[in-house]
Amino acid sequence: MRTHWFTPWLYVIPALATLVFFLIYPSFNTLVISFFGPQSEKLVGFANYIYCFTNEIMLSAFRNNLLWVALFVPLTVFLGLILAVILDRVRYESLVKSIIFMPMAISFVGAGVIWKFVYSYRPTGSAQIGILNAFLTFLGRQPIPWLIERPWINNICLIIVGIWIWTGFCLVVLSASYKGIPRELLEAARVDGANEYRIFWKITLPLMKPTVAVVATTMFINVLKVFDIVYVMTNGAFSTEVIANRMYKEMFIFRNYGRASAIASLLLLFIIPMIIINVQRFREQEAFR
Amino acid sequence: MARVTLKKVTKKFKEVVAVDNISIDIEDKEFAVLVGPSGCGKSTTLRAIAGLEEVTSGEIYIAERLVNDIPPKDRDIAMVFQNYALYPHMDVYNNMAFGLKLRKLPKEEIDQRVQEAAEILGIEKLLKRRPKELSGGQRQRVAVGRAIVRKPKVFLFDEPLSNLDAKLRVAMRAEISKLHDRLQATIIYVTHDQIEAMTMASRIFILNEGRLQQAGPPLEVYKAPANLFVAGFIGSPAMNFIPSRLLKKDSSYFIDAESFLVKLPSDFYPSISSYEGKEVIFGVRPEDFHDKQFYPEGTADNTIKAKIEVIEPLGDEVLFYLLCGEHSLIAKLDSRTNKRVGEEIEVVLELPKTHLFDPKSEKTIV
Repeated sequence: MRTHWFTPWLYVIPALATLVFFLIYPSFNTLVISFFGPQSEKLVGFANYIYCFTNEIMLSAFRNNLLWVALFVPLTVFLGLILAVILDRVRYESLVKSIIFMPMAISFVGAGVIWKFVYSYRPTGSAQIGILNAFLTFLGRQPIPWLIERPWINNICLIIVGIWIWTGFCLVVLSASYKGIPRELLEAARVDGANEYRIFWKITLPLMKPTVAVVATTMFINVLKVFDIVYVMTNGAFSTEVIANRMYKEMFIFRNYGRASAIASLLLLFIIPMIIINVQRFREQEAFR
Repeated sequence: MARVTLKKVTKKFKEVVAVDNISIDIEDKEFAVLVGPSGCGKSTTLRAIAGLEEVTSGEIYIAERLVNDIPPKDRDIAMVFQNYALYPHMDVYNNMAFGLKLRKLPKEEIDQRVQEAAEILGIEKLLKRRPKELSGGQRQRVAVGRAIVRKPKVFLFDEPLSNLDAKLRVAMRAEISKLHDRLQATIIYVTHDQIEAMTMASRIFILNEGRLQQAGPPLEVYKAPANLFVAGFIGSPAMNFIPSRLLKKDSSYFIDAESFLVKLPSDFYPSISSYEGKEVIFGVRPEDFHDKQFYPEGTADNTIKAKIEVIEPLGDEVLFYLLCGEHSLIAKLDSRTNKRVGEEIEVVLELPKTHLFDPKSEKTIV
């Protein structure tokens, strides 16, 4: 049967139209708004972008996001990977995996509330309701204001919450990939003279590379958009601001559409390279098949 | 010296006994084949020798050294797996060099060994390719090459030819035999294919249900099977088993299978006298039947009549599926036999080559 040149388009158009209407157009519009003033009535040129790169809180948000990327991405992927390999040898593997995956089932706001209690701080002398400080005072130490102590401790405390939530996801995906490696390959390596450490680096990891890359880029995109945890636990106070939370504030608290749009556009700009890498990976994998 | 000795080795998976009290002694430079139907414990035995399975009890010695607690990498063995188990992310060269690199051999020596093995196997031109760019036969060669370069004391082959097509399998069979002559190493080879076992082995070890049934040179096992299982397993098509009764008449012994009566040779008598009047299983290999037309030794005492049910010409020989009374028999006869399906044929049994088995213990009587 002959197909007309536009026949494929007929199939693509519904999806494409939806995408254009709900994604491309709003993105483009956001970009336009970012060059206007707070209520979009006056063209201000690059003023909003200049604000983003000069304002102290914005700079601290960028810095904190970098810290998130530097800690959150490697740790979630690394923990997921190690756990996937180790749990494979554990008897109650699925039970342990379910427990580690559990935080994914809790809303991020809920997780934030839980951890706010864990980190809770009362001045020295009063009863500590947070488990960490209760433990410290039990040991006779001074309680630590976990979420206030800037700039490292409080940010790291927030990042730990993120890791707690997302490690389970990394674990489950990576574990599936690990189980896809034929056992005979690992046995062949064992007979060939490799110890478990070598097998991990020379056989397991290279074979899992495509999955690790996908998980890592997904985590990277996740972390650039990090919002809920920060919003619930500190709302950006004490130098814990992040880009997405700042965008939310500009938009809904300060009603400055121009600035919010500028931040949103920047965030999109940062994520694009990752998307491209992911698409390329996907194509490579398809070609591999 | 690379003797491999198993002493009372048992391997249990929870309640299932995969290997049941097996003792095997494989000499240096021997080509030992472990053969048996699937689930007989042959692969588990091999994996235990490799160190990939811990044994439940018993001892394994490689080159006179107890290896029970020694990890695979320190046992000085190389293994070829059924699915080749080539590392997909490495090219052929690196697949073969992997074990040598782990042993930190100098680069020149690695190069030299890989080249040498590649030449032996005829894969010099494939060294830069990835496993997925190779055919099944080529992958098999690489897998063997990966074992050769290591120059181990013992080679372990786990059904290495079962994924190849029939023609390639025959060719590789001969090549592996040649390789054994050339390498002068101990080889332990696992297969479910009795033809592979017969053609390659210097000694066959037949396993069933986790137990060693018989060990010996291929022809010895073929000619003198220790029990009903071995008799049925070795040889193709399988030996015919005919439930019958041992009769004594005029100081001669006869096999009475109701539909026929044949007289046993006199050298059988010392071993069978205690079975007089009892049930026995009479075993005749298909190749020990002969068409009376072309076999002058046919007499009334060794000839039976049967109806032809199916004819399968193999070229030089023809398989006849016969029905003699209630017994279905397979006979491999001369291709000149001109009988047709449905006709009756007279076949002569080469009685000195037949066997009798005890129906209860399943052991060979004679």
